Amino acid sequence: MIEQVLHTLPQVLIDGLALGAVYAIVALGYTMVYGILELINFAHGEIFMTGAFVGTAILLTFSGLGWITSMPAIITLVLVLIVTSVLTGLLGMGIERVAYRPLRNAPKLITLITAIGISFLLQDLVRFITELKNGNYILTGPNLFNKQIGIEASSILSVFNDASVKSSFFIVLGVAIVMMITLDFFVNRTKWGMAMRAVAQDRETAALMTVNVNKVIALTFFIGSALGGATGVLFAVQYGTIDPYIGFILGLKAFTAAVLGGIGNIRGAMFGGILIGLLEMFAAANLPIVSHGVLGAEYKDVFAFAILIIVLIFKPEGLFGKVTVEKV
Amino acid sequence: MSILTVKNLTKQFGGLVANSNIDMDVEKGSITAVIGPNGAGKTTFFNMVTGVYQPTSGDILLNGESIVGLKPHQVTRKGIARTFQNIRLFGAITVLENVMVGMHTHLHGGLFSTIFNLPHVRKEEKEARKEAYRLLEYVGLESLFNEEAQNLPYGAQRKLEIARALATQPKVLLLDEPAAGMNPKETSELTKLIYNMREELDLTIILIEHDMKLVMEISEHIVVLDHGEKIAEGTPDEIRNNQKVIEAYLGKGAAATAS
Repeated sequence: MIEQVLHTLPQVLIDGLALGAVYAIVALGYTMVYGILELINFAHGEIFMTGAFVGTAILLTFSGLGWITSMPAIITLVLVLIVTSVLTGLLGMGIERVAYRPLRNAPKLITLITAIGISFLLQDLVRFITELKNGNYILTGPNLFNKQIGIEASSILSVFNDASVKSSFFIVLGVAIVMMITLDFFVNRTKWGMAMRAVAQDRETAALMTVNVNKVIALTFFIGSALGGATGVLFAVQYGTIDPYIGFILGLKAFTAAVLGGIGNIRGAMFGGILIGLLEMFAAANLPIVSHGVLGAEYKDVFAFAILIIVLIFKPEGLFGKVTVEKV
Repeated sequence: MSILTVKNLTKQFGGLVANSNIDMDVEKGSITAVIGPNGAGKTTFFNMVTGVYQPTSGDILLNGESIVGLKPHQVTRKGIARTFQNIRLFGAITVLENVMVGMHTHLHGGLFSTIFNLPHVRKEEKEARKEAYRLLEYVGLESLFNEEAQNLPYGAQRKLEIARALATQPKVLLLDEPAAGMNPKETSELTKLIYNMREELDLTIILIEHDMKLVMEISEHIVVLDHGEKIAEGTPDEIRNNQKVIEAYLGKGAAATAS
């Protein structure tokens, strides 16, 4: 049995990393907004989904114009990523301005329900527009990077099976890593990042230190949503087919990743995302083997959430979170 | 010349009148103390001056220009900084970074150039670090620059709040009970620091304080509030012998026995 698990390990690692990178960046959006407003922005999963649709729509337009074949794929992707992230960034900022800012001093629950409302709104809006233009709300984008690359894992350890990777995997992982490093630098080393951390800790005091709190919160939404939208594009490129409901379960898992890493903690969210992605792929590949076919691959979600529950029982603050002790 | 003028300042919370028709003139370069029994409305007064509360009526002028209606970050940009009665540092970031947050408005890197980390921004961030360190040296906390602020001892946290307020380059510095919880040695260091700041940094200082020894020693002008109203103002000597002040602090009976 162990042998069988090891057989699939290289493929599991590769698939898990790609999925984990997606979770990680979406988790960043949740954790940043939570850190600064203590709001679980349920609409964030939908921003991700909107990003995937906007990106795919641009790609489809490009291929309609015949640009896809004439331009190097990587340049096309970078263009699409930039346009999409600016658009979804503005969308996130707009949502904050219209729906959350007026409720900033309202009880947390009210903002939470507003976020859920926004999330339905975005789902249906995207579905409506897609059906109007496309006749069908399930969308398949052009394939940008579809070269299959074989990895001869068996030459490392004979027990491994060979794995195969779509070339988009490297793109997804590369872009994800660049985004995470940039964000980490931004938050930890620049004046705006510092203002963001100050606002997260004490909004009023930050205002008294000349920080424009509304601007910082808007900026947080812009960055979180831009990253989320860009990740949507990466998701569409990696997995091909998208529908308006991908944001829901993916958002939920990314949120789980944020909690797992310690909500409010940016590095924790990155780590939590990768971990959930790996666990999920591991479970999908191995649950049928370990349970002799009783539990199918579709139980992978149960597995991922079970891990979350176990971690939270023993470490309620998350893996990287800090224990908060109320001083009296 | 007065740098800060307060006219008929009133603040009501529902039926409660926290500040009622307060008038005050603060001389440029002076040290003014606002004293009064607990609940007299001293912190409410500070909150209005810094834009945290909007006054119900009345006006606040900084160098002749009204600052009523401005948001707290705008008031601070105009040159009024403060510290807090209950310490409000950013606990989970380092001492140096706390001071750097105070410099926010004086760093000119816009969003765009920050995101792309252009060379002039990098240079500026480096300068800011140096400047923050210099401010820490000024209040005597340089050895703790890399500690998380929440791990500092109480007296050091109070000093850090002052350093952070100085980082905003204020003209007027409001200190809300700077000596609360300090031991006598720390208090005398603080007294010296307040003097030095006024002399060396061209500051006007307004402080709320319960430590009467400190107040009498340091301030040139004292304003006494009680139940939201100004009941007296003057030099330390005048205040010490003011009948109304003695009554407010000790009650009418005690005041009668004392005289």
